[in-house]
Amino acid sequence: MTRPLHRFTGLILGLFLTVVALSGAALSVLPALESWGAGGLDMTAAELVSRVTAANPGVEEILVSAAGRVTAYTADATLVVDPVTGAGSPVPAPGAWVTWAENLHRSLFLGDAGRIAVAVLAAAMLGLSATGLRLLARRAGGWRAVLAPQKGRGWARTHAEVARAAALALVLSSLTGLWMTASTFDLLPAAESPDFPAQVSGLTGAALPLDFPASQLRDLTFPRDAQDAFALTTTEGSGYIDQGTGATLAWVAPTWADRVSAWAQLLHTGQGAAVLGLVLGLAALTTPFLAVSGALMRSLGRRQSFASAQAADTVILVGSEGGSTWGFAQTLARALRAKGGQPHLAPLSDFAPETWPQAKRLLVLTATYGDGEAPASAGDVLSRIKTLPKAPAIPLAVLGFGDRSFPRFCAFAEELAAAAHAKGWPRLMPLASVDRQSAQDFARWGRDLGAALGMELSLDHEAPLPATDRLALISRRDYGADLQMPAAILRFAAPKRGLWARLTGQGAFQPGDLLGILPEGSTVPRFYSLASGSRDGFVEICIRRHEGGLCSGQLHAMKPGDQVRAFVRPNPAFHAGDRPLILIGAGTGIGPLAGIIRGARQPARLFFGMRHAASDYYYAEDLAEWQAQGRLTGLHLAFSRGNRPHYVQDALRLEAEALREAVARGARIMVCGGREMGAGVRATLSDILSPLTLDRLAKEGRYAEDTY
Amino acid sequence: MTTLSQVLTASTALAGALVLPGLAEARQVTLTTELANYGGDGAYLAFYVTDASGKYMGSLWMSGGRSKYYRHLSGWEQASGGDPAEVAGITGASVGQGQTLTLTLDLADSLFDAGYVLHVDAAVEHMRDSPDEIAVPLTAAGVSAKGGTYIAKLSYKS
Repeated sequence: MTRPLHRFTGLILGLFLTVVALSGAALSVLPALESWGAGGLDMTAAELVSRVTAANPGVEEILVSAAGRVTAYTADATLVVDPVTGAGSPVPAPGAWVTWAENLHRSLFLGDAGRIAVAVLAAAMLGLSATGLRLLARRAGGWRAVLAPQKGRGWARTHAEVARAAALALVLSSLTGLWMTASTFDLLPAAESPDFPAQVSGLTGAALPLDFPASQLRDLTFPRDAQDAFALTTTEGSGYIDQGTGATLAWVAPTWADRVSAWAQLLHTGQGAAVLGLVLGLAALTTPFLAVSGALMRSLGRRQSFASAQAADTVILVGSEGGSTWGFAQTLARALRAKGGQPHLAPLSDFAPETWPQAKRLLVLTATYGDGEAPASAGDVLSRIKTLPKAPAIPLAVLGFGDRSFPRFCAFAEELAAAAHAKGWPRLMPLASVDRQSAQDFARWGRDLGAALGMELSLDHEAPLPATDRLALISRRDYGADLQMPAAILRFAAPKRGLWARLTGQGAFQPGDLLGILPEGSTVPRFYSLASGSRDGFVEICIRRHEGGLCSGQLHAMKPGDQVRAFVRPNPAFHAGDRPLILIGAGTGIGPLAGIIRGARQPARLFFGMRHAASDYYYAEDLAEWQAQGRLTGLHLAFSRGNRPHYVQDALRLEAEALREAVARGARIMVCGGREMGAGVRATLSDILSPLTLDRLAKEGRYAEDTY
Repeated sequence: MTTLSQVLTASTALAGALVLPGLAEARQVTLTTELANYGGDGAYLAFYVTDASGKYMGSLWMSGGRSKYYRHLSGWEQASGGDPAEVAGITGASVGQGQTLTLTLDLADSLFDAGYVLHVDAAVEHMRDSPDEIAVPLTAAGVSAKGGTYIAKLSYKS
């Protein structure tokens, strides 16, 4: 229920929350403007009062705001007073916009009904924060992971990260706002105002009992005539002081609710805490963004359904979080329709076998959410499968979508297939998976599906491409010509980013992110790990030319000045983070690791496997320089060609003791290279670090792999 | 720009609130209060009557419904004791700047030309309280008076 509750609340109230939040953000600058240049109040109230009265004849009332601003009223002027000299200067009236924004913020211009509506909105914001936090924990894979860098990409990830940053402030604003509403409606036990004394001395000229800090003074109103008294308000209460004797004639102390209200006022408005006010205002500014990004996440869920459920011979159910799995499902549905089939496409949450009378097979394409949970469009399908009275007769195939660098790759697809199997549900095909939206993985599964259905099925999935930039090659360093293994480090000019992009971080990238390159004559991008960050001011990759490789061939043939179409895809799972680093790479896998060392603030040690120092020792000069600078604290090389073949796994074993120690101290391990090398390193590390498991480290964000 | 924001009869309230000698004869009084453009939110206004020595006789009207803010009408509060029951049933909304409040009251004949004084306190959020902004004698001939901070003009005629 958490997700629908969160979504519907956000969708329905998003606009109103935005209005209240933006008006609040506008008001949040007032305390900062007010406290700008306000001097300190390090004096007693008596001193302050005597300075103000000496410098401003005819003062009738002195007011001290929680922010420390001193205002004096005379019969015909309002003066802002410098508390040090007592000198007053006329104060401009607050702008009309302040009253306008306050009334909008409190009551949407609707009086008491509006105040109640705004209170409901504040309560809704609390609910959104609570449900959002729960979703965040589910998404991240546990409460501990909430504070870790968020996985995934697109609106869902940005929504999660922005919400996480603003949540505490939004909760604080909502809670204090609710309290203030309760106070306005007199629902709290506030102190009564003091009764005016029945008798005054009738004398004048006493020294007032004002020997407390001036910052605690709130208001002092001077008597109008001999029968009047001083009216005094401080943080400790309010009452009347006799002008002839200085005696306190009446006094009322604040109740606990009054004290809480004073704090709520301070925290909500920032009056007396200008910086906090600005922080809360900034957090409020995220509200429209959260509303819009949340709505966009939702609209990704609506798709074309092809044939109706009644008429379908093939039912395709989709479990998708960000929406990319839908694209694959549509490619599949189109291919089946082209073969004369009647596919029906629906979210996994629409699982209802009794509504598919004509269906001959069920195909489930599903991603995994966070740490193995059901993705957005899956609903509670798992429990519905588990509680089926008996398994449907039509056979089932499950295809999982995920990212192998995540700790629980395709865990939800596995669980779903296992639940179906336990029910005795007939299987059309074994469980298969698609790694990082690989079109190749998907095409392979399509061929297997075609074989199972007795038809030729070709699934050419082209994921919608992000906008590309044209990158011009600046320089290249060549390697490996003598081993018939041509490779190069290519450095491109970074695409220009406008001021807005720089401010918002758009187009920023880090080593470990992916550079998608569109080779001439193809619409399918190839991905390379970036060996530089946007701060370096250039885009660098390390590539090897493969026999017959279209993209690597074109890249390797580039001369300085040549251009290539490319875009960046974030890969936060392979960012450096801030822990000490153990970097393990082989071949061109050194690229992102070198980029990480170049940009890292923390110490790093590198295990680097290559064939021969003379042929493929990429980044040799840089590594030597970084070692001399002390940013690379250990460099362990392994050469697989030569008299004594040595692999990176061997280098790890030699340093087993040091590795265990570094991991015990909290180091993060990052592995980059070919898939075989990755498997070898994983096995070796599991050995060395036992009983600590890599799964465990991965969950703590301390083990990351980028293998290809 | 002025608008007519309030027309009402306060006879019942007065009969209960004011202890007056000989309440036999009453006359209808129209009380008009024009607010200045003081650049703030709606004003709370307290209308009340004292005798010549300042002794509280009763309240005529309260503009502003939230009793927690009545402490800012300190003239009324000191005179009346600040009990919200004093204005129960004779309370309306606060009055916006530039607006005109018109009250139609049935007042006892004996209140006029007998030294009684009509007081008006005013208060606006974020702005200085203005107790006793207006104090005019109750006379059968009627009165027109200029205010101070928030009230541009007050007049009544019977």
